[in-house]
Amino acid sequence: MEYEIKPTKRTRIDLPELWTFRELFYFFTWRDVKIKYKQTVLGALWAILQPFLLMVVFTLFFSKALKIEHGVLPYPVFVYSGLMLWTIFSTGVSNAGNSMVSNANIIKKVYFPRLIIPISSIISTLVDFAMTFILFIGLLIYYRSPVSFGQLCIALPLSVLITLMATIGLGSFLAALNVRYRDFRYVIPFMIQVLLFLTPVIYPVTFIPPGILQDLLQLNPLSGVIEAFRAALTGSPFNWILIGKSIGVSLLLFFIGLAYFKKTEYNFADLA
Amino acid sequence: MNAILEIIDISKMYRIRHESEPYQTFRESIINLLKFKRTISTEEFWALKNISFSVEAGESIGIIGKNGAGKSTLLKILSKITPPTDGKIIGRGRVASLLEVGTGFHPELSGRENIFLNGSILGMRRKEIQNKFDAIVDFSGVEKFLDTPLKHYSSGMQLRLAFSVAAFLDPEILIIDEVLAVGDAEFQKKCIGQMESVTKSGRTILFVSHQMGLVNQLCNRAILLEKGKMIMNDSTELVTAKYLSLRENEADNRFVADPVKSSLKDFFISEALTVDEANKPAEVFGFHQPIGIRIQVQANKILQDEILSVALLDKFGNRVVTIHKSIKELNINDNLYSGTMRIPGQLIAPNFYSFHFAVVKSDGTIFDIHEGQCRMQVADTGTPFSQYEGKNYGSIIINCDWQTD
Repeated sequence: MEYEIKPTKRTRIDLPELWTFRELFYFFTWRDVKIKYKQTVLGALWAILQPFLLMVVFTLFFSKALKIEHGVLPYPVFVYSGLMLWTIFSTGVSNAGNSMVSNANIIKKVYFPRLIIPISSIISTLVDFAMTFILFIGLLIYYRSPVSFGQLCIALPLSVLITLMATIGLGSFLAALNVRYRDFRYVIPFMIQVLLFLTPVIYPVTFIPPGILQDLLQLNPLSGVIEAFRAALTGSPFNWILIGKSIGVSLLLFFIGLAYFKKTEYNFADLA
Repeated sequence: MNAILEIIDISKMYRIRHESEPYQTFRESIINLLKFKRTISTEEFWALKNISFSVEAGESIGIIGKNGAGKSTLLKILSKITPPTDGKIIGRGRVASLLEVGTGFHPELSGRENIFLNGSILGMRRKEIQNKFDAIVDFSGVEKFLDTPLKHYSSGMQLRLAFSVAAFLDPEILIIDEVLAVGDAEFQKKCIGQMESVTKSGRTILFVSHQMGLVNQLCNRAILLEKGKMIMNDSTELVTAKYLSLRENEADNRFVADPVKSSLKDFFISEALTVDEANKPAEVFGFHQPIGIRIQVQANKILQDEILSVALLDKFGNRVVTIHKSIKELNINDNLYSGTMRIPGQLIAPNFYSFHFAVVKSDGTIFDIHEGQCRMQVADTGTPFSQYEGKNYGSIIINCDWQTD
């Protein structure tokens, strides 16, 4: 096997190389999952507890106080369905954003495609998602909420996939920026906090009156995804325009993020 | 047949940032901040410049040089961790690099889990790790604690585990940075044994080390780097000898008396310098070389029975040996008395040393005294203890007679 090392700034993603390192995806993900709840009493229960408690808080305060029009869905089911996808995005972005810096010691000592680090830190959030989904089923049963199974079979994989694209895009972008400018360590949590309110998690997209603001909200890649997921629960038809916007924006994020990551990747070891 | 590794004209440049002005007022920095003006200028620094050599399959090559010579940068480029600024490398084989042992070890994971994580980070397949797992555990000797989190291991145990994973790497080209300098002696010996068997099995090895003894033992060819340039590429003995003869600044091994303070003294040491057999200034001595120290004493009074006392101190400042010499017996030139003392070769163990010297009188009067001067190093050019380099096995090596009847 012959290879060359040259000063080229590799900007293409080397898929065959990623494939040869596929086991490393598994090992990094496995490590992140293992470590996450070590030495905690509740362990993996935390994965469920966080969105569950948020749901309780939002239900108690927002649904009553703000009189949010949430349609036929009981508000806890409504907000929890949004929170599940939001949690993939928020923990994914924040884990990935810090992943390069927290793995600096490895980056400086061993070569492997750097992209494995942010991506596997995002994949590990899917394990949490699986846990939160179990509770979700419990909620559906408790509230005897009807579900359109056919639609859910489309909405679930589609929404998780689009969320992952957006998360990987933004996450790897921030990961690369964080290596060079450590300011992003402080920017990321703040950004996520703000984004929660700019995402239709606690309110539906229609909560914002039509106009420039709603148009902007629709550009949030999670808007279409969350609405699609909720449509599957109420049995109302998918809003394909909104979903299309989500797909478009998340693909854009995905490619910009990866391109920036690849562009700066070559000097990570010198900066980290 | 093509070489397994061809390094063609490799250069690496770093930009060093530093403040453009030596000092700056607070107001200026605020203004610069508001104007988005950069106050930092950068300077180019070439860590490596036009390095070319090639490595044949099965060779083991030592890369030596002083700190900052560019050894680690070269290894990082060879391991693809950082790209070169110029030039290219053609490799023809599976590479594994060991710039550190235990890369990716996580304290919360168990020993078993860490073997898998570390192995896969170093480029092993899961199947491969599974197949070698028992051998790795056996080699490390920590089987009792396999399911204990790593954070409860002693640092020695962590190191053994880390080495064991590394020892079972199976690439065609193995790149090793100074990693053997750690660990307890017994285990180090085991690792060296393992490495020697690797060398003999026809694997190609690139090995960076400051331990000349080890380089001599493991490598058949060596490359000497200085200030980013390759200055020698030859057999290990020749290159290590050249390395030892390279003198850094001579300020370190030379002592010169402060003229103001000394002028008041009746007798004082005006100059001292460590020298090799040819009386040339030297601060690194091979184990086989005698260590010379040339000392000059100035007498402002008529000499009686004043004595020059010289002591060799180890790197902790402990006295290894004291030597007394009557100043009268030294060469006299005007009011200067001088002489060169030689400590025989093959006696002082490889390590760092300094000298203590004083002018005293037999009744205990001290005229002049200097501690920790003329720092020098005895380098390991092949002692029976070379594999324990860095360990404390005393300051003197003596070949003793054993009666075994």
